[in-house]
Amino acid sequence: MSGQRAHLVLSDGTVFVGQGFGAETVAVGEVVFNTCLTGYQEVITDPSYQGQMVCMTTPHIGNTGINKDDIESARPHLTALIVREVSRHVSSWRATRSLPDWLAEAGVPGISDIDTRLLTRHIREQGVVHAALCTDGSLNPDQLLARARNFEGLEGRDLVREVTCAAPYAWAETTASPWEPVASGEMPEPVEMERQPLVVAWDLGIKYNILRRLASQGFRVEVVPASTSAAEVLAMKPDGLFLSNGPGDPGALHYVTETARQLIESNVPLFGICLGHQIIAQALGAETYKLKFGHHGGNQPVSDLAAGNVQITSQNHNYSVLHDGLPDNVEITHWNLNDKTVEGLRLTDKPVFSVQYHPEASPGPHDADRLFAEFVQLVQSRSPATG
Amino acid sequence: MPRRTDIESILIIGSGPIVIGQACEFDYSGVQACKALRQAGFRIILVNSNPATIMTDPEMADATYVEPLTVPYLEKIIERERPDALLPTVGGQTGLNLAVDLAAAGVLDRYGVELIGARLESMQLAEDRELFKNAITEYGLESPHSFLATTLEEARSHAETIGRFPIFIRPSFTLGGSGAGTIHTPDEFDVKVAWGLRESPVGSVLIEESLIGWKEFELEVMRDGADNFVVVCSIENLDAMGVHTGDSITVAPAQTLTDRELQRLRDQARLVMRAVGVETGGSNVQFAVHPETGRVVVIEMNPRVSRSSALASKATGFPIAKWAALVAVGYNLDELTNDITRQTVAAFEPSIDYVVVKIPRWAFEKFSGVESSLGPQMKSVGEAMSIGRTFKAALQKGIRSLEIGRNGWGPLAGPVTDDDLEDLLRTPNRDRLFAVYTALERQWDLETLARMTGFDIWFLDQMQQLFETADRVSGADAESLREAKRQGFSDSQLAELLSHHRAEPWSEVDVREVRRQHDIRPTYHQVDTCAAEFQAFTPYLYSSYDEGDEALPTERRKVVILGGGPNRIGQGIEFDYCCVHASFALQEMGYETIMVNCNPETVSTDYDTSTRLYFEPLTREDVLHIVQREAANGDLAGVIVQYGGQTPLNLATDLERDGVPILGTSPTSIDLAEDRDRFSDLLAELDIPAPAHGLARNLEQALAVVDTIGYPVVVRPSFVLGGRAMAIVHDEVDLKTYIHAAAQVSPHHPLYVDQFLNAAIEVDVDAICDGRQVVIGGIMQHVEGAGVHSGDSACVLPPHRLSASVLDRLRSHTRRLGMALHVRGLMNVQYAIQGEQVYVLEVNPRASRTVPYVSKATGVQLAKIAAKVMLGSTLEELGLTEEPTVNGFFVKEAVLPWKKFTGVDTILGPEMRSTGEVMGHAPDFGNAFAKSQEQAGSPLPVRGGALLTVNDQDKTDALPIARELHELGFRLLATRGTAEFFRAAGLEVRKVRKAGEEGRTVLEAMEEGQVDLVVNTPKGPRSRRHGARIRALATRLAIPILTTMPAAAAAVTGIRALQAQNADVRSLQNYAVAEPVP
Repeated sequence: MSGQRAHLVLSDGTVFVGQGFGAETVAVGEVVFNTCLTGYQEVITDPSYQGQMVCMTTPHIGNTGINKDDIESARPHLTALIVREVSRHVSSWRATRSLPDWLAEAGVPGISDIDTRLLTRHIREQGVVHAALCTDGSLNPDQLLARARNFEGLEGRDLVREVTCAAPYAWAETTASPWEPVASGEMPEPVEMERQPLVVAWDLGIKYNILRRLASQGFRVEVVPASTSAAEVLAMKPDGLFLSNGPGDPGALHYVTETARQLIESNVPLFGICLGHQIIAQALGAETYKLKFGHHGGNQPVSDLAAGNVQITSQNHNYSVLHDGLPDNVEITHWNLNDKTVEGLRLTDKPVFSVQYHPEASPGPHDADRLFAEFVQLVQSRSPATG
Repeated sequence: MPRRTDIESILIIGSGPIVIGQACEFDYSGVQACKALRQAGFRIILVNSNPATIMTDPEMADATYVEPLTVPYLEKIIERERPDALLPTVGGQTGLNLAVDLAAAGVLDRYGVELIGARLESMQLAEDRELFKNAITEYGLESPHSFLATTLEEARSHAETIGRFPIFIRPSFTLGGSGAGTIHTPDEFDVKVAWGLRESPVGSVLIEESLIGWKEFELEVMRDGADNFVVVCSIENLDAMGVHTGDSITVAPAQTLTDRELQRLRDQARLVMRAVGVETGGSNVQFAVHPETGRVVVIEMNPRVSRSSALASKATGFPIAKWAALVAVGYNLDELTNDITRQTVAAFEPSIDYVVVKIPRWAFEKFSGVESSLGPQMKSVGEAMSIGRTFKAALQKGIRSLEIGRNGWGPLAGPVTDDDLEDLLRTPNRDRLFAVYTALERQWDLETLARMTGFDIWFLDQMQQLFETADRVSGADAESLREAKRQGFSDSQLAELLSHHRAEPWSEVDVREVRRQHDIRPTYHQVDTCAAEFQAFTPYLYSSYDEGDEALPTERRKVVILGGGPNRIGQGIEFDYCCVHASFALQEMGYETIMVNCNPETVSTDYDTSTRLYFEPLTREDVLHIVQREAANGDLAGVIVQYGGQTPLNLATDLERDGVPILGTSPTSIDLAEDRDRFSDLLAELDIPAPAHGLARNLEQALAVVDTIGYPVVVRPSFVLGGRAMAIVHDEVDLKTYIHAAAQVSPHHPLYVDQFLNAAIEVDVDAICDGRQVVIGGIMQHVEGAGVHSGDSACVLPPHRLSASVLDRLRSHTRRLGMALHVRGLMNVQYAIQGEQVYVLEVNPRASRTVPYVSKATGVQLAKIAAKVMLGSTLEELGLTEEPTVNGFFVKEAVLPWKKFTGVDTILGPEMRSTGEVMGHAPDFGNAFAKSQEQAGSPLPVRGGALLTVNDQDKTDALPIARELHELGFRLLATRGTAEFFRAAGLEVRKVRKAGEEGRTVLEAMEEGQVDLVVNTPKGPRSRRHGARIRALATRLAIPILTTMPAAAAAVTGIRALQAQNADVRSLQNYAVAEPVP
């Protein structure tokens, strides 16, 4: 129990009083909960949490500190971290610093010692809520309530703009060998390649581990800003195209959806994850809608219709694809077993597939890692030069 | 794939008696399997030798066999029942080993029985160290580095490759694994390896990397036929590698791994499942992780449900055994619904938003001479699990759940030097947790403590936080109290801490009052498998001091049942059986049942046994909170304290004082039965004889008491329950020795001195009283004579050697006692019969250990009937007005942990030491007794040598036994005195020297295999050495040993029956339902 008294005030007037940690400041955002038992560092650095305050349901957070490897982007992205208890002592052979210090430096506030289960149940019942957090004593609960109520919300906002890279860059880092994942089922046999196929990835808030997994499959990886046009990229003669995960409302991303439409027409193999999946669905004419409280965790069961089994997947999204609006050439390949939402699709007449969940895990189980291998296979089958 | 339709009947093998390492968890898993498979429409044939289990209740299976768990008996059962399949994975290692043996003996092939849930090769692979290592190596997984050396030079070079000490060495094929151990220095290495090379018959020594001090983790995993794989729970051992996981304090989920590190273990667990070839079912995979490099080594895997899987199920709400049984018959995990959320499926990984701590409970005080340090061999007899929002709260709750006289985490009990303290921290032992507190009091820093204990520093820091909180509560202000309660401090612990700062001592009730003033109250959270992501429909609850409350008591009529807490010697599965039956019976009556317990192994803590489950410590404070919360809504009829053994009974008076209605017999009556003076007055009033007795506060008083009573006497300290420190004293020298050794005798703690009834027969009677009448459930005659604790004595139902007049008197005394004590519910009376004289030893107006055994033997479920009586039904309404008859003979035999505690004298005495029980039954006593011995692990021989060495008092009784053994074809051996006595009577006997005498002795004869049966009765404590050595050796060589004359006589009857070879098997469902005694 160090740190200042902190207040978290929800837009419906609910007040949580706890202890501040990390940055001493005021933050406003949308509150979601995440049920991962481990992986707070990955969660904090996942750009998809832009604009959101994340309540971790696991009570002890910060136990293993922060290390230099387990990052999904260069910096913390979430607006605030909400935990039951933050560890004051770090224990890990890989840790280089403590969670509170790191958050303080990044300007991200945290609140601990609140009943996170109560907050979680509140969100489960009421849906995602807006909230304001004060860790520096500058605002009282009434003022915070006003802030929370005035928060414009994430709907219709282009948050990708805030997280995408400023300029294209090449990515070379592969998954280090001690961490090479083991997926469910049999992995496809690797194929000999004469040259490395090129994949171009739109950075809508891309997680590093997607890039590591693509690179580990033998791809040469180029990352481009979200606003990069289809024509620009197709001029690079890519063997594969990738649309990444990212924050916020897919409905606000007309420019990316338009790009996706052209990419689908290009007949170059296209793979999308999470927001990328939603964008592809939109490009195909489907609509997306906001879930009550989203899927944020590492234990979501997804039925893989082709494999005939269930994969335990890592997920982080608030929006989902409406099944009804999809055209006939779309095959639903994956369903969520908990709420029967669409988890994956592919086109029957074009080399396009996408999943709502995160096959790159990080955090979470590696069951679905084979999708990256399947992407390579798809690329090779379409591009004789590399086969 | 959906349910298989090509099999209809399934054989399930239970794990047998409770022993160290195999306890109630296999009753829990067996019950889940039976229930799930029957619900899926399969015919279930169940075999288990343990009558105290819920799984052997006749309604749990279609055919229930309480028979020996041996290949010949199982073959008889298979021959009769012709099951299509055998599910071997829910009965512990016993079930698995038997399946392997049945396959090896060709039985499974002969009768076309298919193994489901585990393949034969997988079971063999998981058991064989070398095969396992090779299999996982193929999948790129690591085992500890190990090498075989045939010369010292070679060994040294391997040691260099390993790179650091300690190093583990094991000479190949030495007797009993001698010479194996952990080496800490190069000098020691040279000496021990050289010795090993000399002693090993093949001249080789295994040099292995030692994992001592590595972090230890377990993953509980499941797989189905579609290759769906889930990790149910990760478990982190607080005790580093080197302590058996059953003896380790464990924490779920793992707290000190990053996601990458945890997912790596998950991936490896998946590969281990593939390598071992486990296609369906639950498994446990154990890992060691180097604390500084993160290197991962796979230690072992169990392709079955286990103690850890029971813990994981209770910790998460994910019913591993149930789903393991269902995937074994073809279901896939995504076809099974999660009962708790009702909308999600079994193919998922639980997320939990609390911390679970499991702490073992040991019974070293029962076994003098046993090393109390902990190591690779499990020694604990039970465990408590606790759930808290933080590790701190869970640790505090776990410690008070243990019932070891601690109300939370605190310092070591006595004074200790710094050197001794360091020893206690370095050597794993049961007090290590408390040594950490003492070390913090001395301001030892965390790094030092981490180095000494091997505990991860994260956990030590959590402990340090508790220590700091304890320091801060001096003010009793609202804020510090609230914080302490959030960290799991109990009121009585806080009272102690506050008393340090006050002139007036604080009591638990004072703290409660201050809390009431500040409105500091616990709330209850649900265990829901999903960290609140989905709504949960099963009220499985634990307390915290967070804001949210999910208890939501209903409007219904309700009863709270208090369980027994962690298993210990004298209080185990029998009481859980009773609690579960109470819950079932009262639900039948339309009550909502609310179970409170903290033992993760049990059926009572299954989330669907009772209407509601509180996984909480059984203390006055914790129970009172639950009662108050539940009483806030609906109609609370009261609390049942008589079914969980001593634990809830000890709470009765305080709870009543706190205004809690106690159901059944009143605490006043319970007290009366336990108060020696008041109870003797009552007996005098009823004109029921009891052994003469007195009270002594010093040696002089003791001698004076003995003057009036006469030797021998039974002596015991007044403040110790359960026969602890009790002894039978034959003369003044013994008495003086006892009093000096005990050193517990004082004006405050007087000594009880009771007349010992020599050569008496003990009898247990279980009965039910409804206030109008007493109906006897069963009369059990002990096989061992008086002086052996009733829990350790074999007994037989019906009594086979009591006269009609004695039986009449037993019945009449029992009835009058029940009425006089105003018993409402169960009661147990212990008698001693000397000649035709009937003495009352004690009355316990509560459920006894023998209730399940009597119920299995008579087919009358006493615990259920008595529970209904407590809620106002009459015996007449319930249809039990006559004592049930018994069809054939049912022998209960105790199972003792000698194999785990070598070096302990195996002589039976007034102190209970058995961990479990078995039941043998047959139309005749001989076969029933023979079965019971086989079930208890020491089958009677049918031929060979019989060694008799008995004390003078027993020689006359021993003669007919010897004669009969001779007639049955046994060669007789005896030590001098006994041999001469037999020879004088004309028997042919080979004389052998006593242990300790010059030359070849009885011990060599035993080692050489000339002895197949030992009859040894001890003399006083002074001449026990010879006997103790014989008994120890007999235990090591697994030679059946009988230490009382009545037991020896029973054995002879059993041997005669075995020679007749007419033993058969019979299912419980096939008994003629008991007819009343005319």
